[in-house]
Amino acid sequence: MSEKTKGTLTNKKMVGRAIKDSFIKLNPRIQAKNPVMLLVYISAILTTILAIVALFGLRDAGIGYTLAIAVILWFTVIFANFAEAIAEGRGKAQADSLRAAKKDVEAHQILDLDKKDNIICVSSSKLKKDDIIIVKAGEQIPADGDVIDGAASVDESAITGESAPVIRESGGDRSAVTGGTTVLSDWLVIKVTSEAGESFLDKMIAMVEGASRKKTPNEIALQIFLVALSIIFILVTMSLYTYSVFSAKQAGIANPTSITTLVALLVCLAPTTIGALLSAIGIAGMSRLNQANVLAMSGRAIEAAGDVDILMLDKTGTITLGNRQAYAFCPVDGTSSEELADASQLSSLADETPEGRSVVILAKEQFGIRGRKLSDKNMEFVPFTAATRMSGVNFDGNEIRKGAADSVKEYVIENGGIYSKECDDAVKEISNQGGTPLVVAKNHKVLGVIHLKDIIKQGVQEKFADMRKMGIKTIMITGDNPLTAAAIAAEAGVDDFLAEATPEGKLKMIRDFQTKGHLVAMTGDGTNDAPALAQADVAVAMNTGTQAAKEAGNMVDLDSSPTKLIEIVRIGKQLLMTRGSLTTFSIANDLAKYFAIIPALFLGIYPELSALNIMSLHSSQSAVLSAIIYNALIIVALIPLALKGVKYREVSASKLLKRNLLVYGLGGFIAPFIFIKLIDIILVALGLA
Amino acid sequence: MTGTILQYVFYLAVLVILAVPLGAYIGKVMNGEKTFLSKLLNPCEKLVYKVTRVKSDEQMTWKKYAVSVILFSGIGFIFLFLLQLLQGVLPGNPQGLSGVSWDLSFNTAVSFITNTNWQAYSGESTLSYLTQAVGLTVQNFVSAATGIAVLFALIRGFIKVKANGLGSFWVDITRIIIHILLPINLVLAICLAGGGVVQSFKPAETVSLVEPIAVTADGTAIEDAVIDEKNNIVTVNGEIVMGAEIITEQVVPLGAAASQVAIKQTGTNGGGFYGVNSAHPLENPNPWTNILEMLSILLIPAALCFTFGRNVKNRRQGLAIFTAMFICLALALGSIAVSEQVATPQLSQNGAVNILAENQAGGNMEGKETRFGIASSSTWTAFTTAASNGSVNAMHDSYTPMGGMVAMLLIQLGEVVFGGVGCGLYGMLAFAILTVFIAGLMVGRTPEFLGKKIEPFEMKWAVLVCLATPIAILVSSGIAAAIPSVADSLNNSGAHGFSEMLYAFSSAGGNNGSAFAGFNGNTVFLNVTLGIVMLFSRFLPIIGTLAIAGSLAGKKRIATTAGTLSTTNGLFVFLLVFVVILIGALSFFPALALGPIAEFFSSIA
Repeated sequence: MSEKTKGTLTNKKMVGRAIKDSFIKLNPRIQAKNPVMLLVYISAILTTILAIVALFGLRDAGIGYTLAIAVILWFTVIFANFAEAIAEGRGKAQADSLRAAKKDVEAHQILDLDKKDNIICVSSSKLKKDDIIIVKAGEQIPADGDVIDGAASVDESAITGESAPVIRESGGDRSAVTGGTTVLSDWLVIKVTSEAGESFLDKMIAMVEGASRKKTPNEIALQIFLVALSIIFILVTMSLYTYSVFSAKQAGIANPTSITTLVALLVCLAPTTIGALLSAIGIAGMSRLNQANVLAMSGRAIEAAGDVDILMLDKTGTITLGNRQAYAFCPVDGTSSEELADASQLSSLADETPEGRSVVILAKEQFGIRGRKLSDKNMEFVPFTAATRMSGVNFDGNEIRKGAADSVKEYVIENGGIYSKECDDAVKEISNQGGTPLVVAKNHKVLGVIHLKDIIKQGVQEKFADMRKMGIKTIMITGDNPLTAAAIAAEAGVDDFLAEATPEGKLKMIRDFQTKGHLVAMTGDGTNDAPALAQADVAVAMNTGTQAAKEAGNMVDLDSSPTKLIEIVRIGKQLLMTRGSLTTFSIANDLAKYFAIIPALFLGIYPELSALNIMSLHSSQSAVLSAIIYNALIIVALIPLALKGVKYREVSASKLLKRNLLVYGLGGFIAPFIFIKLIDIILVALGLA
Repeated sequence: MTGTILQYVFYLAVLVILAVPLGAYIGKVMNGEKTFLSKLLNPCEKLVYKVTRVKSDEQMTWKKYAVSVILFSGIGFIFLFLLQLLQGVLPGNPQGLSGVSWDLSFNTAVSFITNTNWQAYSGESTLSYLTQAVGLTVQNFVSAATGIAVLFALIRGFIKVKANGLGSFWVDITRIIIHILLPINLVLAICLAGGGVVQSFKPAETVSLVEPIAVTADGTAIEDAVIDEKNNIVTVNGEIVMGAEIITEQVVPLGAAASQVAIKQTGTNGGGFYGVNSAHPLENPNPWTNILEMLSILLIPAALCFTFGRNVKNRRQGLAIFTAMFICLALALGSIAVSEQVATPQLSQNGAVNILAENQAGGNMEGKETRFGIASSSTWTAFTTAASNGSVNAMHDSYTPMGGMVAMLLIQLGEVVFGGVGCGLYGMLAFAILTVFIAGLMVGRTPEFLGKKIEPFEMKWAVLVCLATPIAILVSSGIAAAIPSVADSLNNSGAHGFSEMLYAFSSAGGNNGSAFAGFNGNTVFLNVTLGIVMLFSRFLPIIGTLAIAGSLAGKKRIATTAGTLSTTNGLFVFLLVFVVILIGALSFFPALALGPIAEFFSSIA
């Protein structure tokens, strides 16, 4: 996102907008979407009517009292609206900046790939699927598409927030371009893959704004529970009215229970806290994901992320640092280490691959061999080719080659050299340790082997151990042979690995896990990952990946970071935990509210029920008012928690449950007793009750 | 005091010891495995299938299963309804009793097909032997079997993976009756008859009183009467009482009581053969029959917990559910026992009477039989209201406010503390689904129970199963409270009168059937309303349970990992107990405040 919006609550503009939105949301049609708050809304209308009727003499209860209840109920509704509006605010700000990127530009359509100069100018909104366009340096890419010709650096900061340009080229896994990004150099010929209104940017705007937000199954299930509780409480309060009439008649007095108080009781008992915050929690979860630069295609995907118990992680970048590094020189056949290092360094001088560079660095570190320039000795660099599978250098009639063991072996023997058993053993030894052997030969004589090693990222073992505690199994996916893979897997502490991974292999593995009842998450970028991505329960496609991969996944990682999966799981779990914890809190609150309101209600019929007034609240009216004020304020108080999510720890389910029960369950019982009493004291002190 | 406590411990211990092996036996029967009775009973079972042309391997969808249950109960209802209306012209009526009124027939028919056995009548003076035997006793068996069958449909929902059949209702009900209910009741009935419970087909007999008594014209006994039998003169303090009548003979009601009492207890039916149920000396003559009858209330419901664990292949789960129920039962029993033992300040005459004395009955003996005492009465009360049995050996109306409240609350919790045979456990499993839902969210996963994901469909039905009882009770008692004529049915006024009314609707809404004696339920309004309440809170949960079962059976099983919420550990048991009590308390706290709680505070004020 181009504008990282942090510190939401302190952002005045956003709060202003949210306040405005909270009033706009008073529209009954919007209220109808949230049944629990609809109940509060109707209660507010009812008490307002009662207050107005009271003005004309038809009194249900004291006019000031009824009015006070009505006002507090309206505030309760507005607070709930505010919670939702502020959660949406972050997304709206993001959407605004995305909209800025999505302007109508002139597209240069070409009809024939061979005649790139023959362009037709059309508006980007008129582009159709499969149209071919050319975009030159400095121009904005008008639509999503695949590069079919050319290569260029592209500024994608409008989408990803990352200012460093990226390379986009035809063929391979870096061919997808997104509308709204800008070509910085060179040119691209692009085949359009989406029509106006359905582009990635459009989807992204809709997602961050929450416009296309649908309730997830879990949210629906929770809502069913909340509605059921509300229905019970409606019945409780309605039957309470007739009970009260009945009991008053038995006691021979007039019915002391007012409708106003019963409505107040209903609102207090209904799970308004969670009802008010439910949608905010969902939106905030999505928003947290957006802030992690991941775009979920549906809310379902985030929840599924919380359920995932198998993570298929790519070795490279997630478990190991991007590339293998030279770790040791193993000379053979009587060669000295220094000699081997010298030859290795020479052969690697022009080798710009990270492996090559690491050889130069190791030679310098171990033997102080300084860098030399290729021009010094008239050196001629022999680059790596798929045919020879070796690289090296020729100078002064010398020939140094380094490469995979079998290709060097073939090369040495072909040229009359000897490939000794000692060398063979050294190669096997390195392989067994999970390393990659690189055999070095000078003038057809084997000097020794360079041990290239995968460097495990710091802290991954701990991370995987935590995952295991949470019941999540990590599977390493690698193209390495099983031996190497096993060694790295053991070192990194992953639970399992898939070596020599092919797209079919990944797909099969996912299916196998799923039949055993597991939920699998994976990341992928290439077109050949698409089937596996489509099969996985949570599939994160890299933004750098192909269009096919993006279509198959249910999330897109704009940073294209392989470690993102772990963060996605965390956000998913946090979302569900926040829902559960606030529901528990909301229901636990009811006990204290009963103790506040029940004695207040029935004191007239049975004065001895004052024994239940354990908070010793000042009067019946102050008790009801305190309870309902608490009920409104707690919504506001919990907004930050709803937006931030409850604290997440990587521990087992039972530990997590114990902790959350203690904080939100027990806390939910105790908090209202304290705060209702406090509010009562304040009301009395202010002379309001 | 120690002796009393040991008595409670003994009752609970014997219950558990008997329940464990019975649970295993029931599990085997329902899986069609071999038992020690197979050789004898399997041919009977096969014969039934042959005669009724039931396909014994049929796999019903949940809808078909539900339709079968409703059809079966519906036919039972019509039969029972007509039987009562027409009993006056039918044989098996040596007393010559006339047909029952339509509203009472409706109420009684509903009451027995729903396993409630609410009785707005007195058996010995209203129903013929034929009605009792082929009407009520048959329903006592089949309504109990229906509840157990539905439970097994649910169990199959948990075990099956991606299937849509839940077994056959006809096979289930046949097996339950032949292999489980008949053998148990045969043994129990013989023991009870041996213990002195009446078992005869003779009409009521007339016997001479040891000492004659005098009554006024309206049937009230005259105190301090001096009776001159020869001259037929009754005097009090030397003054002749005009119109007094001298009674020398007594009618002893007879009938096939032992066999009906057995199934009324084991099938959590509770409908007494006599009006005062098991407080009647011919229905429950001595401590021996009392123990038998009392333990058989909870025997099958407790055993089914172990069956559940066995058959879902997760014994710890069965144990966890059992423990949750047991904790609720122990808490309730403890509260009732203490309340009754301590009694009220009024009974102790503000300390003048030592009602806590070690070697005398003490406590609140009002409404209790002296042959049973506080401990056996309190235990029975806890058992009968925990299970949706409803038989009584003491009058709940006369319990202390708190003792009576706990009994009422046990019913209001939805009859899930062991509850009715089968229905108690499936009700509790619906509560377990709710618990799993909340707790599952708190650990950051979409909830699952026994490897099956809990989604909106299951939630929808689970809340209906759990809330059917509170909804039924709140709505009906709410309406009743607004109807002036209901106040005429009360025996007491004030808070206690309210309790009587609330208890009646709770009893119907919980399918319990016990009464706060003193409440006259035989009016057209009450017969009809209570009947509807019983139907609602019986069949809504049945449909809900079967819907859940059908949906669960169609799901795949999720693998268990360290991230899965454990549903077998202590924390879960605690949570489950908590959720059950919380939902009950939140629904009924205001109502109870106006009844027993107000009464309690005024008694100590």
